[in-house]
Amino acid sequence: MIRIDSVTKRYPDGTVAVDRLSLDIPDRSITVLVGPSGCGKTTTLRMINRMVEPSVGAILIDGVDSRQQSVNTLRRGMGYVIQNAGLFQHRTIVDNIATVPRMLGWSKDKARARARELMERVGLDASFAKRYPYQLSGGQQQRVGVARALAADPPVLLMDEPFSAVDPVVRKGLQDELLRIQAELGKTIVFVTHDIDEAVKLGTMVAVLRTGGRLAQFAPPAELLSDPADAFVEDFLGADRGIRRLSFFSSAGLDLLTAPVVAIDATAEQIAARGTTEAPYALVTGLDGRPLGWSEPDRLTAGQIDVGRLLPCGRPFVAGQDSLRAALDCAVLSPTGWAVAVDDEGRAAGVVSQASIAEAIRGAHAEGREEPRSTGAGVQKVIR
Amino acid sequence: MNRFFDIPSDLQHDWLGLIGLHLREALLPVLAGLLLALPLAQLCVRLRWLYPPVLWVTTVLYAIPSLAFFVVLIDYTGQTELTVMIPLTIYTLVVLVPAIVDGVRSVPQETLAAATAMGFGPVRRYVQVQLPIAVPAIIAGLRVATVSSISLVSVGMLIGNQGALGNLLHDAQIYNRPELAWNSVLTSAALAVLADALLVVVRVLLTPWMPSGRSAGRSRGTGVRPETAVPALEDAAR
Repeated sequence: MIRIDSVTKRYPDGTVAVDRLSLDIPDRSITVLVGPSGCGKTTTLRMINRMVEPSVGAILIDGVDSRQQSVNTLRRGMGYVIQNAGLFQHRTIVDNIATVPRMLGWSKDKARARARELMERVGLDASFAKRYPYQLSGGQQQRVGVARALAADPPVLLMDEPFSAVDPVVRKGLQDELLRIQAELGKTIVFVTHDIDEAVKLGTMVAVLRTGGRLAQFAPPAELLSDPADAFVEDFLGADRGIRRLSFFSSAGLDLLTAPVVAIDATAEQIAARGTTEAPYALVTGLDGRPLGWSEPDRLTAGQIDVGRLLPCGRPFVAGQDSLRAALDCAVLSPTGWAVAVDDEGRAAGVVSQASIAEAIRGAHAEGREEPRSTGAGVQKVIR
Repeated sequence: MNRFFDIPSDLQHDWLGLIGLHLREALLPVLAGLLLALPLAQLCVRLRWLYPPVLWVTTVLYAIPSLAFFVVLIDYTGQTELTVMIPLTIYTLVVLVPAIVDGVRSVPQETLAAATAMGFGPVRRYVQVQLPIAVPAIIAGLRVATVSSISLVSVGMLIGNQGALGNLLHDAQIYNRPELAWNSVLTSAALAVLADALLVVVRVLLTPWMPSGRSAGRSRGTGVRPETAVPALEDAAR
């Protein structure tokens, strides 16, 4: 465990970057430091590998003061990922990744073999190995940055706004990839960002810092969203924290109606047999069970359902797997106001109204029934 | 034309001999200048306050005419090649020091931070990261210094037989043979063009990591400051 023990960083000109900060960073999980610029988050990160030395206080790694070992030994045991990747532009991708193993005295062949293995792990094609950084896109360079940090298999990964400089689509891909890699490797990751959405998405624990380098709140993201410690945290979380919090509630408890679901080849008897439902529209599904669109009930005539005249059903949510946020989003975007639930294979599992989602939200709030967010692969399934 | 390569015997060299002498007198100072400029530039990078005064001193030294250097040096080093090469070495600094400083400084902050965070000590970081990335800027500086040095060697004729191809200008006058002046000018120019081309080839070989189509001096961020290159070329005439 990394323990930041009442650490203060004061610069010679008197500015205080970090002010009596104490944090216990749990092992094998992602701890996010988030806050506005000037809150000392990067300084805090750099004090962990001693690129910045604390003025007061100590940083303990597994109970031992980080100043006990030589600074270069300490750093070679901690992967570091920086904004814009900071690749060595004069070295090939494979040699960039092999940097730390080479410094640790590995043979060239072994280090390169390891580098190629890591390229695969971070989703880089092997054909990139002999290329130079300028030949890669920003997102690809950042993947190389992550691979380089993982090269010597350090237990700790320090990430300083690694995904801030790439576009939102690429950023989402890199975030998902990081969660996937973390589920496989279980590193102790300290992640700095100014983006609260990124913090909530990635963090097992989130430390919100305020300007002047003081800790505002240290909590799991769901707790941050439900119980912000003060007005600063609440303001920093933004106006829609109620909606975002729904990410932490599973859609498993929703009452799905199956009566309004009609197969495209349904017979007149089947259409008649479904009786009356509270749903004003019927969901037509294809032969494979996938939703095709909404139809007004009186237009339903056996054998004459015109797919071209159906109302679009939009993006469905995966029942039980997606969060209430995803379910609500589907309902809000649906032209009928009803969300379509599908199973793992994309077959319609039922439909649910906004009103019934709202009821589930009230129920969830009342119970405080949040998904436990430990490490593990289950995490990214709930969050969309 | 038949007398074009007929070099007067007072120069004690044939045409090829003059070329060899000329190259030696021009290129050794560039090499010496590079060896001086590397540590000097590194000091300027480490101690930022040192850079402006160093730049000022190299500029002032550059402003001293070579004749003035000769007057002082001749008491110590006599009418030798060394007397020509010492001022030429000093003149290269005005180009090479800023070229190296700018080149080393152009290494992106993220790259430096990443190197430090991976456990590079200052020496390893300089040799393995900063210097290689500065190579395009350094070679851009070397190109200017080399071309300027090749043209400046001619002033060696002021102290006798040390001007190499430059002495042909003097002989053209005293023997009333204008073709010798043409020989001097054309050969020097050809040497300069060839040396410059050679440095471009060296740069291409050393930097496979550079996007093609970008010229050396303008690689990522700053390269050689153009204002140092321009006076160097203008003053090449003295």
